[in-house]
Amino acid sequence: MSLIIDSLSKRFGNFAALNGASLTAPQGAFVALLGPSGSGKTTLLRILGGLEGADHGTVRFADMNWLDMPARERKAGFVFQHYALFRHMNVARNIAFGLEVRPRAQRPAKADIKRRVHELLAMMQLDGLGDRYPSQLSGGQRQRVALARALAIEPRMLLLDEPFGALDAKVRKELRIWLRHIHDKAGVTTVFVTHDQEEAFAVADLVAVMNQGRIEQMGTPQDVRRDPRTKFVSEFLAV
Amino acid sequence: MKKNRAATDDPPLLRILLCGIAFVFIGLFLVLPLLVVFSEALAAGLGPVWAAVTDSDTLAAIRLSLLAAAIAVPLNTVFGIAASWAIVKFDFPGKAFLVTLIDLPFSVSPVVAGLIYVLVFGRQGWFGSWLTDHDIHILFALPGIVLATIFVTFPFVARELIPLMSDQGREEEEAALSLGASGFATFWRVTLPNIKWGLLYGILLCNARALGEFGAVSVVSGHIRGQTNTMPLHVELLYNNYDYVGAFSVAALLALLALLTLALKSFLEWRYADELAAVHRH
Amino acid sequence: MTAATIFSRSTRSRVPGFGLSLGFTLFYLTGIVLVPLLALVLRPFSLHLDDFWIAISAPRVLAALRLSFGTALAAAVIDTLFGFIVAWVLVRYRFPGKRLMDALIDLPFALPTAVAGIALSTLYAPTGWVGSVLAQHGIKVAYTPWGVLVAMIFIGLPFTVRTLQPVLQDMGRDLEEAAATLGATRPQAILRVVVPMMLPALLTGAALAFARGVGEYGSIIFIAGNLPMKSEIAPLLIVTKLEQFDYAGAASIGVVMLAASFVLLLALNGLQVWAGKRR
Repeated sequence: MSLIIDSLSKRFGNFAALNGASLTAPQGAFVALLGPSGSGKTTLLRILGGLEGADHGTVRFADMNWLDMPARERKAGFVFQHYALFRHMNVARNIAFGLEVRPRAQRPAKADIKRRVHELLAMMQLDGLGDRYPSQLSGGQRQRVALARALAIEPRMLLLDEPFGALDAKVRKELRIWLRHIHDKAGVTTVFVTHDQEEAFAVADLVAVMNQGRIEQMGTPQDVRRDPRTKFVSEFLAV
Repeated sequence: MKKNRAATDDPPLLRILLCGIAFVFIGLFLVLPLLVVFSEALAAGLGPVWAAVTDSDTLAAIRLSLLAAAIAVPLNTVFGIAASWAIVKFDFPGKAFLVTLIDLPFSVSPVVAGLIYVLVFGRQGWFGSWLTDHDIHILFALPGIVLATIFVTFPFVARELIPLMSDQGREEEEAALSLGASGFATFWRVTLPNIKWGLLYGILLCNARALGEFGAVSVVSGHIRGQTNTMPLHVELLYNNYDYVGAFSVAALLALLALLTLALKSFLEWRYADELAAVHRH
Repeated sequence: MTAATIFSRSTRSRVPGFGLSLGFTLFYLTGIVLVPLLALVLRPFSLHLDDFWIAISAPRVLAALRLSFGTALAAAVIDTLFGFIVAWVLVRYRFPGKRLMDALIDLPFALPTAVAGIALSTLYAPTGWVGSVLAQHGIKVAYTPWGVLVAMIFIGLPFTVRTLQPVLQDMGRDLEEAAATLGATRPQAILRVVVPMMLPALLTGAALAFARGVGEYGSIIFIAGNLPMKSEIAPLLIVTKLEQFDYAGAASIGVVMLAASFVLLLALNGLQVWAGKRR
């Protein structure tokens, strides 16, 4: 039931974004992909989400050939760096979107969708904001709407791309504590991308340091910090 | 290798289908009409084309079109610079309304544009009898043609410069002024270099429309062959006289001008993308 | 810095030339646009208003207005549909000849309308390249109301493509990707996310194409056949009335068309405000 990524490669033209990236994480883990820009961490995340196809390699997750499924069947809740909220829908409709687009046989009843939206609004401390439009929200609120929208589909896996990048330092700290809390409550395997090592070490169970399309080192925050195994990792962590 | 495709890439069949629709549509409505112009003009070889283009009435029409554009385009350019300067560099009440009014000529039918000058200067118009008494000719003469041309090309320069200058703000001008430059020197040495490609772009479009305007000019010109016929009106006259080779020869000349305009426009959009207004940066 | 200079800086622009530039702008605008337009607007009031209604409700005038407005609406819808496809292809795909296609879109802006008129007329006439093919199937385009539609489609296309293209470009793929990860199929992503996001631009492009089609004259009169009650457009009727020195009749139709322009301009401004609010 774990996440096993095996030798993933992906080229964009002449640029090798991923160059044989492999990692293994247990079900329910909270994994941080840490690395400089261009190291392939976002590409890896996008492949996990089904937004990009891989050239080579496999991903097994929950005993499924993950890469054989199209994005919409994976139920991988994806939180985008700039949230990608639907600006023409209010907050409630944004959150309900993933439920409303299901085929009729699997779609919950209207009342159930409404109840689920309410639960998520409450859980995200967004009570009373269901009728607002994204343009009327603060950055932190938008972030939480994006998270609620991803959680609404009861995701098998939660993927977050620089989830706090656009927020100021104080909101960032609050939200990451809170993200950890949500993760622990939902128990969903979570992978998040960051270039901020303090953030990675503060919230993740496992940190994967990436460089030039590969995983340089993976381990618990303590292990990685105490025992950097390559020159790149020790230099990157020293900055 | 279906896996290799990104989630938002369209499947190959759909791509081919949509590209096909776009090609057929543009072919039927844009490419073929353009080809017809040249094909019809050259139907009897180059000789008749040359004869039609160098015919004295055609040359008179070319001269008149160039003259009207040579008056209308500079006037609208000065107006465009003045209007965008006033609108961008200053705050005053009614600004949004003024911008709307400047755009107004674009949404008025060219025929209505001609009609309004007939109602002002025509025999039954506001100043009609006064003009007749003083033997001043505006309608069915050069001034009317120029006025109609100015009206239909009115917003071109202004609507190019307003967004461009808004993007650039006021700071550079304020800096120049604080360094002791005069208002004119500030405009000439700071503003103008910043907007020159956008200005050229606006002038290019303004000029193309000025040379090609038909409806508005048709109403006020009086259609006097060799005297008040512009190039597009001369095309109509030749066509209605069943002189198809002649009509399409002059039309081909105008079409070449249009193609040149498009080429210059694309070049400006490609080469000076950053210096053009945000609307063209795609 | 003294309080006085701070005060003057914060309340007034220090850039000179306000009086000159605004003065010239207003003078030029008034002389070229506003006063002549006023001459048209006031015309019905200088006559008996009854005459205005009689002129407008004549069957031939009503038929011309119906043809101009109805066909312009149809052309705007067709241009919006195909303009969306063309904009999509230009923004999303890479193919040979793309740059040329992109440049060609503006042809109806650059090509004098009279040239377009005789070209379309020749092309779609029963002896023309396209017209002869259509004639074999019993379809007549030139010298019928269909000819009016063809010319209006031609003249309106750049408005829809050029309105949609930058919006599609700016929208990026984030939203469609979000829809996909939330379980939406491609058609659902297009219909529930892309199209609603583009709605202000779709309506703006359609309104611009419609406005251009209603007022268009040069490219239509050659292909339309200009049969009264059948294929005679309103702008042509204005010209006809002027040639018969029926100024009142011409002005009456002109006022109706001008009113339509105003309404469209207001609608377009409203659309812009709506689109701005969404950002």
